[in-house]
Amino acid sequence: MTENKYPISLLDFLGQMRDSDLWFSFTRSPVIVTSACVTLLYLIVTIFAPLIAPHDPFDLASIDLLDASLPPFWMDDGEFRFILGTDDQGRDILSTIIYGSRISLFVGFASVIFSLILGVGLGLISGYVGGRLDAFIMRVADVQLSFPAILIALLVDGLARTLLPREHHDEVALYVLVFAIGISGWVQYARTVRGQTLVEKGKEYVQAARVIGIRKWTILLRHILPNVTGPVLVIATIHLAIAIITEATLSFLGVGVPPTTPSLGTLIRIGNDFLFSGEWWITIFPGVALVLLVLAVNLLGDWLRDALNPKLR
Amino acid sequence: MLAFIFKRLLQSVVVMLTVALIAFALFRYVGDPINNMVGQDTTLEERAELKERLGLNDPFIIQFYRFVRDASVGEFGLSYQHRRPVKELIAERLPATLELALVSAILALAIGIPMGVYTALKRYGFLSRTFMTISLVGVSLPTFLIGILLILFFGVILRWLPTFGRGDVVEIGWWTSGFLTASGLKSLIMPSITLALFQMTLIMRLVRAEMLEVLRADFIKFARARGLPTRAVHFRHALKNTLVPVITITGLQLGSIIAFAIITESVFQWPGMGLLFIQAIGEVDIPVMAAYLVLIAFFFVVINMVVDILYFVVDPRLRVDKALVNGQ
Amino acid sequence: MTKLTLLQINNLEIEFPSRKSVLRAVDNVSLSLEKGDILGIVGESGAGKSTVGNALIGLLEPPGQMTKGEIFLDGNRIDNLPDSEKQKIRGKEIGMIFQDPLTSLNPLQTIENQLVETINLHLELGENDARQRAVELLDQVGIPDPDVRVKQYPHQFSGGMRQRVVVALALCAEPNLIIADEPTTALDVSIQAQILDLMRGLCKEKQVGMVIITHDMGVIADITDRVAVMYRGRLVEHGATEKILGNPDHPYTQSLISAVPRPDIKLIRFPQVTYIEDVAEKNTEIDITEHWLGKAREYETAPGPLVELKNISMRFTTKPAFLRKNRIFLDAVNNVSLDIHEGEVFGLVGESGSGKSTVARIICGLYTPVSGAINFAGTELTALKKQSDLDPFRKQMQMIFQDPYSSLNPRMRVLDIVAEPILFHQLAETRREVEIIVKDLLEHVGLGAQSAVRYPHEFSGGQRQRISIARALATRPRFLICDEPTSALDVSIQAQILNLLKDLQEELGLTMLFISHDLPVIRQMCDRVGVMKDGFLCEMKETEVLFENPEHEYTQHLLNLMPRLEGLSLEGLDMQPQPNQN
Repeated sequence: MTENKYPISLLDFLGQMRDSDLWFSFTRSPVIVTSACVTLLYLIVTIFAPLIAPHDPFDLASIDLLDASLPPFWMDDGEFRFILGTDDQGRDILSTIIYGSRISLFVGFASVIFSLILGVGLGLISGYVGGRLDAFIMRVADVQLSFPAILIALLVDGLARTLLPREHHDEVALYVLVFAIGISGWVQYARTVRGQTLVEKGKEYVQAARVIGIRKWTILLRHILPNVTGPVLVIATIHLAIAIITEATLSFLGVGVPPTTPSLGTLIRIGNDFLFSGEWWITIFPGVALVLLVLAVNLLGDWLRDALNPKLR
Repeated sequence: MLAFIFKRLLQSVVVMLTVALIAFALFRYVGDPINNMVGQDTTLEERAELKERLGLNDPFIIQFYRFVRDASVGEFGLSYQHRRPVKELIAERLPATLELALVSAILALAIGIPMGVYTALKRYGFLSRTFMTISLVGVSLPTFLIGILLILFFGVILRWLPTFGRGDVVEIGWWTSGFLTASGLKSLIMPSITLALFQMTLIMRLVRAEMLEVLRADFIKFARARGLPTRAVHFRHALKNTLVPVITITGLQLGSIIAFAIITESVFQWPGMGLLFIQAIGEVDIPVMAAYLVLIAFFFVVINMVVDILYFVVDPRLRVDKALVNGQ
Repeated sequence: MTKLTLLQINNLEIEFPSRKSVLRAVDNVSLSLEKGDILGIVGESGAGKSTVGNALIGLLEPPGQMTKGEIFLDGNRIDNLPDSEKQKIRGKEIGMIFQDPLTSLNPLQTIENQLVETINLHLELGENDARQRAVELLDQVGIPDPDVRVKQYPHQFSGGMRQRVVVALALCAEPNLIIADEPTTALDVSIQAQILDLMRGLCKEKQVGMVIITHDMGVIADITDRVAVMYRGRLVEHGATEKILGNPDHPYTQSLISAVPRPDIKLIRFPQVTYIEDVAEKNTEIDITEHWLGKAREYETAPGPLVELKNISMRFTTKPAFLRKNRIFLDAVNNVSLDIHEGEVFGLVGESGSGKSTVARIICGLYTPVSGAINFAGTELTALKKQSDLDPFRKQMQMIFQDPYSSLNPRMRVLDIVAEPILFHQLAETRREVEIIVKDLLEHVGLGAQSAVRYPHEFSGGQRQRISIARALATRPRFLICDEPTSALDVSIQAQILNLLKDLQEELGLTMLFISHDLPVIRQMCDRVGVMKDGFLCEMKETEVLFENPEHEYTQHLLNLMPRLEGLSLEGLDMQPQPNQN
């Protein structure tokens, strides 16, 4: 069987990108470029965390209680060694933030990918096959949609907690969390993809493919899938922001990541106890880090939505 | 119209039963209820006897029926953690959550909708852009962080508002209200703002997007072509058409306020249902978890139904007049 | 400019600045209109005619702006007025009617509300008087039971009725000038005639001036007194309708008119329209025995008809319900039987909802009929259950669709689109061979081999239809179904595509099923014709016999609705010799 691929050169592709409206609106706005850079920065820093962080907050040997509760370096008593100060155990705040962001980003991305695959898959099948299967999936989606995502995530997490014996909690907690947040988010993808699939299904190029004799699954994957993925990207960016916030919220409430691998949410929670005694930096800096990350992602998502919307041009 | 309500009611009952099933499964089969109720010294015979007495050996359907029957009057048994009837706990905590939710909902709607309309109509104005930027920040701030920041600023630094609790409450029957005392109202300010902020920005963005969409419609163009002044076009035609889809989503959003209350109650130590639930998860207090689930499901189902009925009332297209479908 | 002149446009220029350049949508257009006259502005897509209409009523879509020129209404200049003044003129002095009646009305308000609102805005009547007037208006536009219907919502009216309501709304403040932008394009043929009659009647009666913007020559011939022809923003020619249509001076007008399918004459070919840029290279002559398309045509000539439909019926469930009695059905095709012989072009004509497209889709397997049988070259297709059994027959019949903008996968390159059927049916050995075949096909339909690497959005409507044709020919079919292949195209492009189809049919000896709602086109293309209404086949005859001597009532009705294009110039037409003179 002959293959259906015709490679174009990379230069051509980049050239096409540069001329496109997308790139134009991207470079036009300094805010968006900044957001993209910030997100990129976070990604790089967290991937290379062990190389970048000045200290390893999990290495018990390197922590000294004498360093506890030091304020950021620009205040009295602050030291340059600990730029953003230390917590009550003597851990460097900057380092905990770097490692914490790592967890936050991991859970965020992983849940989004899980939601995406589940949602897009179900949406495609539901839209193309139709009938009872479609009705069933959509009913489930409707019911789930009437509950806020955070509640579902809480529930799934709580359920897992009760089902698993306590010893194993910490090991799998991270994956359970990803699953919980992922399950709570698939509906939006499924609904949008299903809608798009229904639209594409009625289009004449799909009918033309059927007249040729092409089978259902091939049509679904070769013709319909590439044409329904547009809005998925926008949903994913917005969902990433929500996933990160959800994880932070769950961790803050104490039912998220295990204390051995603290995320930004956990850090904020730990620091909350020290707000009243005046050691504000323990909770504020992780908070700022979280907000900056989410803000950058939201800005990107907003821009993407406007840029990809043909009606707004 | 009646047929429609009836159909919706039926659907709601089905949803409730499904949730009840999950709650029941949770209740009965996760962990050992007996274990959680008795001490370590209870003998095996005593446990077996207890099991029999509580009807835990009966077939699934009968146990489920009992559960539903009890749940419909609010009877959920004893809390493992607090060793008190769940019913009492709920009665104590529910008013706190509901009052908070109500105030937040009103705030979110009262500010969100007008702001959404404004930013849609005056799309490129300075004020609009400012609002949009603030809204973006609002969506990026997790609820708990807003709470913490408010506490830090208004509670710790400025010392204007209380940082936790509900203040003094007045009892009216089994309801406790914080509306009628000064400290009660003061305590309500920060938590309600925290809870409302996220919803407010979402509603604002939603209304704005919908309105912009409607303003592009053909009938708006035709209205202008007939000479209708801009104000009439905007408010009499565009706004009404915007509100129809907004109603559904707003309804759902408001429902989620009750769920988001969990977070706010945790931050502010507000003695409501949410705090109860979080504690229950931590302690694996199944009866409370099950009760919360059923209660929340009930709220959502009611809200959904109200929204659907409203939709039906507002949009004449849904009232299909069979006689005239094929008419001239 | 005399005292009677209602509307005067001088040297109008409108530009649309964009990121890359400035588009001049309207360039130096000057027109005038007297009270009680009907002026038509005709042109193809992109001519700028709608833009002129929008500018007249002051509702240019941003970023469009009027950069030069003046517009006078009743002697007063209106284009440079502030917005608040312009708004006062709208509705009161100038009324506008848009194309789509469904989206022109506010779905949430009753007709009464919308009428009364407009009446109260411009006329100082009391509430009751306004309501009274609303009912009168509905009566004037021909809506039965106006006092009942006035309280209903837009979705409770049919398309034609809605457009009447729109006309009523435009007229309710008694403006002196009406602008109608494609007022009948979205309506069925039979309704079109009614609405046009209504509009002409009201105009003459109230001495209102009307500007009709359209692409349809039939509308122009039907009701306009004067006509202006636009092409790419410029005014190409204007004058009395009789003169312009019967004896045009400008070559564009000539080619435009010669491209209009005539109901009363049979042509050998449509004229090659040379004025339009989109024209393709002349199709290369091929030696059919050597070329890919002719190779291995091992099909034997069928003994009987190539395609036979026997008592085909099709039913759709429009409202699914749990209980059978609550379901609502639509019988789209009712007991239709017909034969199509090898080498002939069979036409199927009818209005929307007649079932003609459904029949086409049943033949090529997109729908399964609830009863009846389909025979292809002697084999009963409806008896074959497995997909793989149907494949060899799929190869032999292909379809060309109506909408050039949705019949090609926007994410695939032209090469891949045309290659897909070749690859599926394994008609070539290597990738290289496939590529050669595809490029060859593209040349043959007039597109050129280099179009293979591009994407559909880079092509115009007519070019996309050529790609569709290339794709349909790729499996070397015997039978080609054309479902309204040119209905979505401009008149001049239509002529080219129809010529292409005619040429291909002759060259390759194709059997064709040609579906259209446009009778003149059917007359030009088909040997035999079937007329359908509401799923029934009313009449089936040879084309000329049907057109000269229709038997069935409905056929006669359809023929009466054909645009009367007698006055149109015959210049440049390649007519068939007439056997008799009537």
